[in-house]
Amino acid sequence: MVVAVAVIRVRDLFAATMLFAIYSLLSAALFTVLDAGDVALTEAAVGAGISTILVLAVLTLARRHERPASGHNLLALAVVLVTGAGLVYASLDLPEFGNPDNPIHGHVGSYYTENTYEDMGIPNMVAAVLASYRSIDTLGEAFVIFTAALAVFALLSVRPPSRRSRARDGEEAP
Amino acid sequence: MRENGILSIVARFVIPLILLFGLYIQFHGEYSPGGGFQAGVVFAAGWILFVLIYGLDAALRVIPERVMYVLSALGVLLYSLVGLAGVALGGHFLDFYPLLSDPHAAQQAGIVLVEFGVGVTVATVVMLVFTLFARRRSWWDEVDAEAEEEGQ
Repeated sequence: MVVAVAVIRVRDLFAATMLFAIYSLLSAALFTVLDAGDVALTEAAVGAGISTILVLAVLTLARRHERPASGHNLLALAVVLVTGAGLVYASLDLPEFGNPDNPIHGHVGSYYTENTYEDMGIPNMVAAVLASYRSIDTLGEAFVIFTAALAVFALLSVRPPSRRSRARDGEEAP
Repeated sequence: MRENGILSIVARFVIPLILLFGLYIQFHGEYSPGGGFQAGVVFAAGWILFVLIYGLDAALRVIPERVMYVLSALGVLLYSLVGLAGVALGGHFLDFYPLLSDPHAAQQAGIVLVEFGVGVTVATVVMLVFTLFARRRSWWDEVDAEAEEEGQ
């Protein structure tokens, strides 16, 4: 929470990137405490590692300091407040944490817990759900990632124009 | 950074370990936390560390860019083909049971193949995106140098 506020306040984008990495690492630690090893591993590798590196790579292309915003955006403040109030109101209806009668335990989850080992013969339920029970979802994810690579390739594989025409296009000089 | 002796010596020890750990969570994913996605990211992270210390050119000599494009497409293709193999052998799309006669072995083979496809795609995509961003900067410098030469 403190780190999240600091990320918003800091104007130095380099420091903000590092704070984001710390935030991801703390989330990974939280997931580990909650016994979600797969999610913790992903959060540590992607959130704290790869995304930080990619943001740093972008920072070498852009300027280091954020341009201070002028004035206040009242409409944005109103939207954020209304959404936040709605979410807090909705959270009052959430079932109690850890209660065995929660709807999440009555759905297909119990089928997976009981039958994964019988169906697959493997102990890691997350892998079984991802790759076998829900493998069309995972196929979609793989295609999303591949599409992302295609998009980045389409945007960045062209040699940039010279500095003069870049300034004309309004791109930021390094 | 290439002149920094401590970095390059430490990296020489650490990078193989990171790559090995990536392979471990790739192929041990059905027994312990992990799987294709995490493995791909960890593997790519080891590769990016290599780029940061030894430079992009050295890294692209090990795994050329063209190979990355081909592999990123092949990973998704492998996933889809495993799905289609289930159809060809008389099941549903992405149904692993028809692959082998023993149901457990069939499921495990399907999961390992599919996760391998995901891992290859994720690793090469992350490497590609990083390569493209990193090269953008050197391109800018090149273009600027050319422009200066023309101006003189």
